[in-house]
Amino acid sequence: MEKTVSKTIFTVVENCVACKSCEIACAVEHSCSKTLAGAILETPLPQRRITVEGVGAYSYPSRCQHCSDASCITACPTGAMQRDGNTDAVFSDHDRCIGCWMCVVVCPFGGVTADPVNKKALKCDRCPERTAKGEAPACVSACPTGALLFLTPEEFAAQRRQATAHAAVCGESTTKLNGMDILRSLKGAN
Amino acid sequence: MDATILPVIETALLQVSADKGLATARDRLEVMSPQCGFGELGTCCRICYMGPCRIDPFGNGPKTGVCGLTPDAMVARNLLRDTVGGTASHVGHARHVLLTLRDTLKGKAPYQIKGVSKVMSLAKTFDVPTEGREVNDICRDLVNIALEDFGRQDDEQPNNWLSKRAPVAEQALWSKLGLMYSNPHNEIETAMHASSMGNDADPLSLMMRVLKMSLIDGWTGLALCVDLQDILFGVPEIAVTEAAVGVLEENSVNIAAHGHNPVLSEKILEWAEKLEGEALAAGSDGINVVGVCCTGNELSMRHGVKLAAHNSQTELILATGAVDAMVVDIQCIWPQLAQVAKCFDTAFITTDAMVRIPDARHIPFEPHHADESAREIVQTAIEAFRRRRGKPVDIPQLKSTAVAGLSVEAIIDLLSRLDAEDPLKPVLDQVANGNIFGFVGVVGCSSIKFRDNAMTEEMVKHLLRQNVLVLTTGCTAHICAQDGLMTSEATYRYCGEGLRSVLEILGEAAGLGGPLPPVWHMGACVDNSRIVDLMVVLAERLGVKVGQLPAVGSAPELVQEKAVSIGGSFLAMGVSCHIAPAPKVLGGPMVTKLLTEDLQDLLGAVVRVELQPKAAADWMVAHIGEKRAALGI
Repeated sequence: MEKTVSKTIFTVVENCVACKSCEIACAVEHSCSKTLAGAILETPLPQRRITVEGVGAYSYPSRCQHCSDASCITACPTGAMQRDGNTDAVFSDHDRCIGCWMCVVVCPFGGVTADPVNKKALKCDRCPERTAKGEAPACVSACPTGALLFLTPEEFAAQRRQATAHAAVCGESTTKLNGMDILRSLKGAN
Repeated sequence: MDATILPVIETALLQVSADKGLATARDRLEVMSPQCGFGELGTCCRICYMGPCRIDPFGNGPKTGVCGLTPDAMVARNLLRDTVGGTASHVGHARHVLLTLRDTLKGKAPYQIKGVSKVMSLAKTFDVPTEGREVNDICRDLVNIALEDFGRQDDEQPNNWLSKRAPVAEQALWSKLGLMYSNPHNEIETAMHASSMGNDADPLSLMMRVLKMSLIDGWTGLALCVDLQDILFGVPEIAVTEAAVGVLEENSVNIAAHGHNPVLSEKILEWAEKLEGEALAAGSDGINVVGVCCTGNELSMRHGVKLAAHNSQTELILATGAVDAMVVDIQCIWPQLAQVAKCFDTAFITTDAMVRIPDARHIPFEPHHADESAREIVQTAIEAFRRRRGKPVDIPQLKSTAVAGLSVEAIIDLLSRLDAEDPLKPVLDQVANGNIFGFVGVVGCSSIKFRDNAMTEEMVKHLLRQNVLVLTTGCTAHICAQDGLMTSEATYRYCGEGLRSVLEILGEAAGLGGPLPPVWHMGACVDNSRIVDLMVVLAERLGVKVGQLPAVGSAPELVQEKAVSIGGSFLAMGVSCHIAPAPKVLGGPMVTKLLTEDLQDLLGAVVRVELQPKAAADWMVAHIGEKRAALGI
């Protein structure tokens, strides 16, 4: 069987406006009720696995990159951190996790953190229930500006190639500044 | 990029909070950041339940709301509702003062008519006969004229305070643009109605409503309110005071009056004097009433009461442990204050039914029983002092002297010492010869988003170097006072040569023993009508419209909705405005262009956003230069 590289979550950083819809959708997806109204009433409260970080006038939704050669899996002493055979997503088996935080230490992206309730590793699992149904992960579906995309690396690269080719042939886009551009340039002067 | 300078006072105050382990607004802002771009752009519509709807600024996602509302209409509706918030606040304040004056005249509220000169000048404005009449009778007529404005249902009949108080030339333009109003309450209702789901969806129409609502703020919310406050509490005269946290006194009963309405704070001051004996008996050195936020400005303008803190410092001064009572009325009262007060022996006292805060002590205050309530509040403070006495406090010993009380009347009184016949002439001569390059009204709030680069102080210093006279109110007045910009020394230190020479002459005339300060404290944020009134008398003396004067408005640290409607009222007068941060309209390109460019053709004024002090000052100086060129000076 031909092996392809699985779809994963890509970020188009200039499209992020820090609305944090991804954070809320992630927590809801990892709740029992899977509804916002239900999730906020649960004990313990469901935890998000994506965090929008601010960088000057920009923002960046940060989470696990599901690395092909994942140092968290290598570093895990109990085998809790593993790769899903079907989706290639890196996930942590809570029953085996001992909360030693080696995964937190070795992750170069800050993609693993600690669940404050069970004191075990907490990270993006790339929404296995949703992707099994052919849906994109919750954060990607919730993003209103296309800052998060669910694509294979090849598909994402193809998009970039097409954009580059378009610019080379037609010249750089001269579309008018949008409100976010103006806001960023104002803040960038700060 | 300008240097990052956290003002010395903020640094000291933050250290006090840090030493006590208290989180502050800066910490809460950090947790809140980054803040939502849809909100910042104004393209989040929460008005109906098909929403919330958000417009993708990059054009990949939603381009309109579910109902089809365009981004421009969305930002305009949101801006209109912001403006309603600001105008409703000022109009509510004005009506409260009006009813207090009415009940005072009926003998039902324990206040007096202290501003007889104001009664007489307003009688002239409103054609009320004065010959052989008692002051109270004249005043009753004025009250009825004001009450009529709140009861009229015939929208064709113009508002009294607008049509009689505002300059005639501007009224002709407002009339042409459909901005004249009758009853402020009706207009607030109409604006909320028009901006609800399924109503006005035309961005231009909505923006005209924004301007109309701002005009209501300017002439009913501000002018009416200030006129009547002057009648009740007196017209401010030049007074010397002190500003910053160092005005708190370890061994005194410190009462911080916070909020906006002098109907409360004047009574607190009165009862603090009456109960001085009880305070001494409690082992204190006496009662020290200090002013916070805008009711602080009201007290400093009329009584030289010391100023302890601007809005973004309110939670910080509580951390000194030296405030025995913070008594608040309306507007800009952070709920957090009650939580900080709980950590100390501070009595945090709310007084208005509209401002209820969990964990605060509520002592209802209304004008009919003002004396009983004020006595209870001051006694509560004395009790708090008894509990605090002997405990350590941490008061940073920082304060500056400041000249306050520059009402239009006080300014004209001062100028008449130079030219009794034509008091405005000396100023206009100095404007014409360039010694006064122009005027900037620096107004509005203090924002923790801009305290790191000392936005207000630094911007003002850049203006002074370029011979621009600064008129200020509200929390920016506190900032300037704390930074020593309301002193003679500041004139020597910061002003260009021309402005300094003028202020030296004026200071001599005032008998100050030095130059007049270069930043004029004209009151609370509601007192922005004083800045407008000053511009109106200058324009009338010159025979030009206010918009032709070399004058600009600036809200360099905008926080409250009130600052939005005040800015709009300046625009309606033809006065351009600098603001920071950006208004929540950038998601609507047409509305953005209207405010920053096209308004020039409509009103002769534009909005400019600059987030750095020097860039802001440079733009204002350039804009003033254009106005001067148009006047041929």
